[in-house]
Amino acid sequence: MIARLRLGAQVAAVAVVAALLGLLIWKVAQGESEVTAELARGGTPAAPPFTLERLDGKGDLAIESLRGKTVVLNFWASWCGPCRDEMPLLQQGSERWKDRNVVFVGIDIDDLRSDARSFLERFGVTYVNVYDGKSSTVGRYGATGVPETYFIDADGRIRWRIAGPVEEAADLDEGIERTLQARP
Amino acid sequence: MRHVAVALLALAFAAPAAGSELRPTAAELESELVCPVCETTLDTSDAPVARRMKAFIRARIAAGDTKSQIKAQLVDQFGTPVLAVPPRKGFDLIAWILPLAGLGAGVVAVGALAWRWSRVRGSPAAGGEGEPLDPVLERRLDDELERYE
Repeated sequence: MIARLRLGAQVAAVAVVAALLGLLIWKVAQGESEVTAELARGGTPAAPPFTLERLDGKGDLAIESLRGKTVVLNFWASWCGPCRDEMPLLQQGSERWKDRNVVFVGIDIDDLRSDARSFLERFGVTYVNVYDGKSSTVGRYGATGVPETYFIDADGRIRWRIAGPVEEAADLDEGIERTLQARP
Repeated sequence: MRHVAVALLALAFAAPAAGSELRPTAAELESELVCPVCETTLDTSDAPVARRMKAFIRARIAAGDTKSQIKAQLVDQFGTPVLAVPPRKGFDLIAWILPLAGLGAGVVAVGALAWRWSRVRGSPAAGGEGEPLDPVLERRLDDELERYE
């Protein structure tokens, strides 16, 4: 009886340790975004799909619906100082590039909807912005914070990334040019 | 009389809870909600998003929202991780079950060990009171005791 009890306890202990180890491995694997790893290798990872609510109240936007266009995807939040600094550059960029089949999309993360809407209004942002208060896209894109900008080609592959704020219009233009040139 | 006492006691506890639900304070909500960026409760965070959430909470309290309504609005925007205490449903139920399961397993393990030790200590092989002495040893012991008397 005691031997069986001891064996049972040992099996349970091993199972608990194995489960915790599995959880650790899963967590580490989740933390490392495939996008980040592939970009670091010089690859062109597929842009992770998402469907999110538009902040202008006009339903949802699925990133896949923009296939065939070059997409400038910008992660931001209204409470983020550098996001405020770069927002005029992004708005001007969206106007400058709109005739070249380039679409700008903003993703507002970790934010209050009301703050996000006020922010867009204050900066006169006219391109489409979606709301991701739960930050569901951040981990999949491997974004390290806000702001961060991804350049996605017409086939839905990420070609370039600016981690941190866009400081000059030329940085934005360079990312777009690279993405357009890479188009097959 | 006894029933009246019980009812009064229940009311004494229920009244503050109902008051807190209907008229929550910013301090209590800030201790029950988590900043999504720094992952600490709002009352211990000074992150920009935490400051905005605190302002939101104060505005909603001023607008007359209940505690549940304010929490629901923040969960709608930030998800259940914004709650310091996870809800008792769905996947979050694990956070409640696992500690209880661990505690139960611990109690069972301690009980089993205690039972085992009590059996070992009570067994004749362990030198319990019922164990008969070797006759030679017994005689020697008696001789020794007689010598000291």
